[in-house]
Amino acid sequence: MIELISYGAFFLTLALTYAMMCLGLNVQWGQTGLFNVGIAGFVAIGAYVSALLTTPDDPARFGGLGLPIAVGWIAAAIASAIASGLLGWLTIRLRADYLAIATFGFAVVVQLAALNLQSLTGGPFGIGFIPRPFAELAPNPLLFGLVNLAVLGVVTLAVYAALEHLMRSPWGRVLRAIRENEQAATALGKQAMRFRLQAFGVGGAIMGLGGAMQGHFIGFISPENYVPMLTFQVWAMLIVGGSGNNRGAILGAVLVWAIWAASGAVISAFVPPDQQARAAALKIVMIGVGICAVLLLRPRGILGESRTVSRHIEKAKP
Amino acid sequence: MIAQTLVDGLISGSMIGLGAIGITLTYSILRFANFAHGDMLSWGAYFAFAVAGALGTFMPGLNESIGPFSFGWSLPLALIASIILTGVLALLIDKILFARLRARGSAAIILVMAGFGAALTIRSLLEFIFTSKPRYFTDALQITQPLIAGARATPDQLLSLGLAVVLVIGVHLILTRTAAGRAMRAVSENQALAGLAGIDVARTIRLVWVFGAGLAAVAGVMSGVLVQIRPFMGHDLLLPLFAAAILGGIGSVPGAMVAGLIVGLSEALCVQFVGAEWRAAVSFLILVAILLLRPQGLFGRSAT
Repeated sequence: MIELISYGAFFLTLALTYAMMCLGLNVQWGQTGLFNVGIAGFVAIGAYVSALLTTPDDPARFGGLGLPIAVGWIAAAIASAIASGLLGWLTIRLRADYLAIATFGFAVVVQLAALNLQSLTGGPFGIGFIPRPFAELAPNPLLFGLVNLAVLGVVTLAVYAALEHLMRSPWGRVLRAIRENEQAATALGKQAMRFRLQAFGVGGAIMGLGGAMQGHFIGFISPENYVPMLTFQVWAMLIVGGSGNNRGAILGAVLVWAIWAASGAVISAFVPPDQQARAAALKIVMIGVGICAVLLLRPRGILGESRTVSRHIEKAKP
Repeated sequence: MIAQTLVDGLISGSMIGLGAIGITLTYSILRFANFAHGDMLSWGAYFAFAVAGALGTFMPGLNESIGPFSFGWSLPLALIASIILTGVLALLIDKILFARLRARGSAAIILVMAGFGAALTIRSLLEFIFTSKPRYFTDALQITQPLIAGARATPDQLLSLGLAVVLVIGVHLILTRTAAGRAMRAVSENQALAGLAGIDVARTIRLVWVFGAGLAAVAGVMSGVLVQIRPFMGHDLLLPLFAAAILGGIGSVPGAMVAGLIVGLSEALCVQFVGAEWRAAVSFLILVAILLLRPQGLFGRSAT
């Protein structure tokens, strides 16, 4: 029983880190229609920045400043926001799909940098000894797991509440207006470019925070965590859960992560070792087909976007 | 030394250029960035690999090398089969996925995302069928021949370069001199107007897919002959392909080829002077530079 609770806490904690990335993507894609194929890059920046600031000193590489975890998380969000702001500024004013291509390239370069800048990132060996919140509870695994889950749950809930508020705020409604009809929004005096950039930056910051939280929860990061596969997973989560809906983003993250983990367990239990790589490839086919099928059959996802997000209209209803 | 670097760059650049032509055509005519194009290259290579293997098994005579090249007649035959099969694959994906989304009037960015899902699916399918083990068309080793200024190249490499040049000129002539080419350019200018002028838009779109996929198949086979065949080969080329298509100017066939050569040369120079581990970053730097300095590309027209 205790083991089951422990595993449940572990699973949910990891799922919540994905939910955070998914919430970030929802600001960019769900609300504003900005296509980001470089999620792994922004997540990696958050994870590495926080790791460098909070780990104990390490003579083999730069950093290890030993700062508090909260400082690392905030810095992670800021660093990812700056990176996405710069990339957005470069491409958003051009064609919409240039952003997709540029973010794709950005993720490639971030991973390459993590791999090659050994004196900064530890190279292929990654960074270990990333402090975990409430590490003094570690001797009691169950309590430690639950406290970790609580920390992540509180942060996720706070970000969710903030995003819900933002979505219903005038700012959030402008984002939707620009997504639906840019000309009309511009005619009403809204600077589409500026709003898009802001949304892209906010989304990037949340992804960076998600990456930092994941790094601190696992305690170790390395370049191979930030391959394009991560980007695909987060996309599948948002599309399945329902883009444009923050609850959908969280639901999709937990659901897709559950399917992913379960199919992984099935493969390792029933597939002979020499065929496991093949079965893993089939797992990825499943995600790809899933994305296409949802786009074709149920573009809204499980929980679709709500049609009205204005408090005033909702209040005016009888 | 520098001459060798330039030769290497030109050879890999010609491969990138061929793939980029497919991207630039689908981009300008179907109006979306097709993320599945890189994986079309991989499928082209594996189609040819399977067909060449089958031909070689049933007719061993076809395996004997032609002249100075590393492969026998089974490969050119397999290449032709692969062009057809890859074209069929592209039409199939269009029918199942993109055509339905187009019919629904989906935004371009939804098509981009669908392409992204399709890319994931067909790439992992390759990995499932053929596993991620690298494959080779032949295990014959080729001796490089001396060229000018101390640079060396294998006959295979020179053949690829020549084939790329011939194909680019051919595609350019088709686009500018034939009725089908004029129809493609008309659809790329204005789909509704082209339809009113009596052009069969659906047929033209199919033609574009077959064209792009066929060129991707050639580039994939070439890359398979010169390097190796892997499920991720096309995915790894995707960024250079996009960089070349944008650098050349979306819609410009000669531009895509010239830009492909520039990307190939820059990568070779990077390997020579900076280090091979940074090679994959070159395309991104080119992309950033072109978006900053000349977003319409070298040979493209301004979007306004």
